[in-house]
Amino acid sequence: MTQPIVAVENLRVLFPTRDRKETVKAVDGVSFAVQPGETFGIIGESGSGKSTLGRAVVCLLKPTEGRVLHNGGNPHDLSAAELRRARREYQIVFQDPNAALNPRMTILRSVREPLDIAGTVPSGDRDRVALEMLDRVGIAPEFSTRYPHELSGGQKQRVNIARVLTVRPKLIVCDEVVAALDVSIRAGILNLFADLQREFGLTYLFITHDLGVVSHVSSRIAVMYLGAFMELGAPEALVSRPYHPYTEALMSAEPVPLPSHMRTGQRIVLQGEIPSPTNPPSGCRFRTRCPIAKDLCASKTPDWREMEPGHFAACHFAEPRP
Amino acid sequence: MNGEPLLAVSGLGVHFRMGRQEVQATRDVAFSIQPGERVGIVGESGCGKTVTGLALLGLLPAATSRVEGSAMFEGQNIIGLAPRALRRVRGRKIGMIFQEPMSALDPVFTIGQQIGETIRVHFGATREDARTRAVAALASVGISSPERVHDSYPHQLSGGMRQRAMIAIALVCEPRLLIADEPTTALDVTIQAQIIDLLLDLSSRTGTALLFISHDLGVIAETCTRMITMYAGQVVEDAPVDFALVRPRHPYTSGLLRSLPRLSPRGAALPSISGRVPSLRDMPAGCRFAARCAHAQPGCDAPQIMASAAPDHLVRCARHADLDLPGALTELEKVA
Ligand SMILES: Nc1ncnc2c1ncn2[C@@H]1O[C@H](COP(=O)(O)OP(=O)(O)OP(=O)(O)O)[C@@H](O)[C@H]1O
Ligand SMILES: Nc1ncnc2c1ncn2[C@@H]1O[C@H](COP(=O)(O)OP(=O)(O)O)[C@@H](O)[C@H]1O
Ligand code: SF4
Ligand code: SF4
Ligand SMILES: [Mg+2]
Ligand SMILES: [Mg+2]
Repeated sequence: MTQPIVAVENLRVLFPTRDRKETVKAVDGVSFAVQPGETFGIIGESGSGKSTLGRAVVCLLKPTEGRVLHNGGNPHDLSAAELRRARREYQIVFQDPNAALNPRMTILRSVREPLDIAGTVPSGDRDRVALEMLDRVGIAPEFSTRYPHELSGGQKQRVNIARVLTVRPKLIVCDEVVAALDVSIRAGILNLFADLQREFGLTYLFITHDLGVVSHVSSRIAVMYLGAFMELGAPEALVSRPYHPYTEALMSAEPVPLPSHMRTGQRIVLQGEIPSPTNPPSGCRFRTRCPIAKDLCASKTPDWREMEPGHFAACHFAEPRP
Repeated sequence: MNGEPLLAVSGLGVHFRMGRQEVQATRDVAFSIQPGERVGIVGESGCGKTVTGLALLGLLPAATSRVEGSAMFEGQNIIGLAPRALRRVRGRKIGMIFQEPMSALDPVFTIGQQIGETIRVHFGATREDARTRAVAALASVGISSPERVHDSYPHQLSGGMRQRAMIAIALVCEPRLLIADEPTTALDVTIQAQIIDLLLDLSSRTGTALLFISHDLGVIAETCTRMITMYAGQVVEDAPVDFALVRPRHPYTSGLLRSLPRLSPRGAALPSISGRVPSLRDMPAGCRFAARCAHAQPGCDAPQIMASAAPDHLVRCARHADLDLPGALTELEKVA
């Protein structure tokens, strides 16, 4: 085993509710390790804690409990100046193409800004580096003098990618990076991410609620529900032989554009909604929506078990298959 | 195609005034919906899906927009109706639901007050009678505690619940047609599955026809029997869903289907449509898709008309007869 580029150990991230009477358990005991060069996918419904987890991985949030290790070291042990330097290697791109772009800055200034902050490249070279990066992500030089509102969503997302690439990160957390884009544009951005990964040896933590996207890009996928992982495995195994009832339901809920005679028609429609993360159900947190829940599920939290090599699930009734 | 259509749209075009200029957002939109039929409109954002739905509902801003063409609904042209006549149709015979129920629901009234209002306006029901019908309507869309939801304000409900409440309001008058604009786009897949099931169940139970607007081809495939593809303000293909998915006749429909990740081996490059939708100010006179089309030829720079490519299958492409375009099936699935 090589040194993981990120190791997350028993991570919990809690937030006080607005009235400060309760705590939101956004991430509630998550462990995993990401190997250099892989794309680790995280899928889950809204509010399951994906973004919170992603922010904790790039040190935008501090763990309430547990640790996030970068290359084996704990970035929160570093001095403020050291942390700032170390954080450059761990970048994040968001769903909203506008989130990181200042509407009053030209595209070139936005892309160059991280270099200005880092100060690693001589100031005379920064425009050139920024323009090269824009070119690399498929943005023509004439766009560099324009402002964000003059670009389409897909173009802005390319600019965001160029922006984080200028500081030569090792890992990029991609938080719903294609969710706001049309399917035809989406394909181009996903292709770009794949090319850049090969070219720069990047590692991705790829967060999405889109099953098609996550299984196309990921080497491993974690399924998250209410702050915890339910299942983790290779995409082929997860899609064709899920062990966890929640994974199974997610797969079957995904609408597929197949003609009527090719659809199986046996869709599992989960009842109810995802419970509040301030007060997750006892035992198995999926039990209030699980079609096969038993009494045991309320009293005992299921263990995280390895069902086959590299494939984990947390369900009392999952049986390893030969 | 049999009998009198419930809705027959023809020559529908929407213009917007922007400053001193006028731009045309949609042009010559034509399609029809049979009673009880479920028709989907797909296309990338900005192609004119929402504008088309709003034009049919008479909901475009009167001061800055102009609508041409006609939409015959039960023997009456609903385009350009006077406000009073419009109120007899919209909400009563044509229901509507939108992507963000929060913007369509009034935040200062309870859900019950909003449904009750609709019932009293359209049926002249008493207050008690309205309450009973409202609670029953909420129960019929699968809300498990309809009394509680009846007395809740919109912000007290989750997104999925609000969408159910919206559907209850839209259906309480038993409309003949429901126009749904991206009703599940803001929802999680498991909740989306619940809403799709609900709409299918309601439409088969009550015979309500559905005009379902979505950018999601999977959602349209699961919900509709007929699919209309819009591109740059025009309808470019109109066919039964099963035909369009298996053998699309327009390069744009084919491109949309092929760019879905499920059709490519893991990690392989995805086919994408290069370029972007032309701007409203700068529409080409010829085929509007030409700049992005891999099959463009000299003949394509003439304006394209909707032509019959197969029985019940219309397409706006000069080359439809020579092209054999891939659809939503993988090679393996085609063999099976
Ligand atoms: N700063 C905060 N203060 C309070 N609660 C928070 C904060 N950030 C996140 N939460 C809560 O933590 C939970 C997890 O949120 P998170 O944004 O990580 O979910 P997500 O999986 O990314 O969802 P989505 O798919 O909607 O982006 C939610 O209940 C959210 O409301
Ligand atoms: N109120 C309006 N004023 C001016 N232009 C508008 C207005 N509403 C929509 N448009 C324009 O009309 C076109 C079609 O928009 P829309 O129907 O919302 O697209 P879709 O729903 O397919 O994403 C777009 O170019 C959009 O910018
Ligand atoms: S532990 Fe019980 S409730 Fe949880 S997924 Fe398994 S069967 Fe369902
Ligand atoms: S008319 Fe020509 S350019 Fe337009 S879609 Fe058909 S082949 Fe392509
Ligand atoms: Mg998020
Ligand atoms: Mg729209």
